[in-house]
Amino acid sequence: MKNKANFVIIGGGVVGLSIAYNLAKRGIKDIVLIEKSYLGSGATGRCGAGVRQQWGTKQNCLLAKESMKVFENFKDILQIKRDIELKQKGYLLLAYSAKELEQFKKNLEVQHSLNIPSVLLTPQQAKEMVPDLNIENLVGAAFCPKDGHANPFQVTFGYAEASQQLGVEINKFTEVIDIKTRNNKILGVQTNKGFIETQKVIVAAGGWTQEIAKMVGIDLPIFSERHEILVTETVKKILDPMLMSFSYNIYCQQTPEGSFIMGYGPEGEPPSYNMDSSWEFLEIMSKKATFLLPPLKNIRIIRQWAGLYNMSPDKQPIVSKIDQMEDFYVACGFSGHGFMLAPALGVLMADIVTESELTYDVVLDIGRFERGEIIAEPSVV
Amino acid sequence: MCEENIIICRCEDITLKEIRELINKGYTTVEEIKRITRAGMGPCQGKTCGLLIAKEISKMTNKPMEEIDLQNIRPPYGGVKFEEILTDRL
Ligand SMILES: Cc1cc2nc3c(=O)[nH]c(=O)nc-3n(C[C@H](O)[C@H](O)[C@H](O)COP(=O)(O)OP(=O)(O)OC[C@H]3O[C@@H](n4cnc5c(N)ncnc54)[C@H](O)[C@@H]3O)c2cc1C
Repeated sequence: MKNKANFVIIGGGVVGLSIAYNLAKRGIKDIVLIEKSYLGSGATGRCGAGVRQQWGTKQNCLLAKESMKVFENFKDILQIKRDIELKQKGYLLLAYSAKELEQFKKNLEVQHSLNIPSVLLTPQQAKEMVPDLNIENLVGAAFCPKDGHANPFQVTFGYAEASQQLGVEINKFTEVIDIKTRNNKILGVQTNKGFIETQKVIVAAGGWTQEIAKMVGIDLPIFSERHEILVTETVKKILDPMLMSFSYNIYCQQTPEGSFIMGYGPEGEPPSYNMDSSWEFLEIMSKKATFLLPPLKNIRIIRQWAGLYNMSPDKQPIVSKIDQMEDFYVACGFSGHGFMLAPALGVLMADIVTESELTYDVVLDIGRFERGEIIAEPSVV
Repeated sequence: MCEENIIICRCEDITLKEIRELINKGYTTVEEIKRITRAGMGPCQGKTCGLLIAKEISKMTNKPMEEIDLQNIRPPYGGVKFEEILTDRL
């Protein structure tokens, strides 16, 4: 491990690695990335890995669309050989009330202003698309054929390889235990394997970002929350698009190998770093899943696990320079949609640290909370 | 026998050759190999291949077996059908 670096990036999840790659691509030398376990061991390797462009705010639509372009051309852009198993069979968002359908219509207008090819469907059309879907209570649906899923490990390892090709040093199984500062300037990063002298630190430590900010005396307005998820045995293909309902609070998809992956947003879950599995999750999930897709009854669940959502006050990412400490940056608060935005978030962080004009017209800096420029996204699970 | 013909993970059809190549590339934990190849993600959840991969890591890195972590064991401990858990309707 180097004992001196131009930039130290903390966190080897998809966001930290996208940042490393994008910085290196701009010609920045001497970047060192530190990951306490293996790459993708945090939320990235535990996520549903859904990629959707059907959002309700213009900036989320834009970031998702730009990220999708990268997923679609991943190997060529990054110049690596890895297949990220991108599946573009669409996201089918289900509306169960007139109000929900009205919201979808408004969202569609935003999406269409950016040429995202989403459409509105009747319950019958939804049933044609997914014959096993139970359309009881359904009033309509929204569908975007370009949405989908990518393998989160392959994306993470892809960014890691591309970064390494550009000279980034990646240190796995190395934990940051302290950050030394003097007069609001960073002096270096203390890891359990040695000290790295550096003036510039970027924290992309997922659910643990607030803990790392505390090392330099900064309180971030974010917290972490357990989200559970499960996977079934592989079975023959019955579901092409990702199914998602905000009313019934569920997302469910079938991966290219044939297993179903599904989860929901926990209600009343206290902020914590808890990543244990619960039996309550299996019980509630089995009701939701078999209501939506009755044939799931006879399919076996083979594994459940949990990961951390890092929540921000407006459920939008924070990708920002922190004014109280010189050359200290954070990328956090992804509130459950950091995987699909990671390619664009890496570009934005590279803009911020190189003091370039932002590539995308978005507001993700931390100052927005004080300025009251909170952008509420209507479509989250 | 040739390492290409030795299946280490029967659920996902992963050979000894693939495992050895990854260890040589620096992926020296069961968790990483599982994530790259899917070895251990199938119906048996790594009950057979987990130990075989750990042994191979131990051999190739000259680390004693006690220092090689096996993959996390997650619930449910055997495949259960949704139907078996289902109590009532939503
Ligand atoms: C159940 C679940 C389902 C989800 N589904 C989706 C989805 O469908 N689509 C989507 O877009 N997003 C989804 N998400 C959200 C997505 O997973 C995250 O937003 C994204 O992975 C965040 O990436 P990251 O790199 O910021 O964080 P992480 O992947 O958590 O990476 C942070 C890394 O920092 C490391 N770290 C922490 N502390 C230290 C330290 N002190 N020293 C060194 N390293 C440290 C951790 O080990 C970790 O590897 C889901 C999340 C969960 C939990």
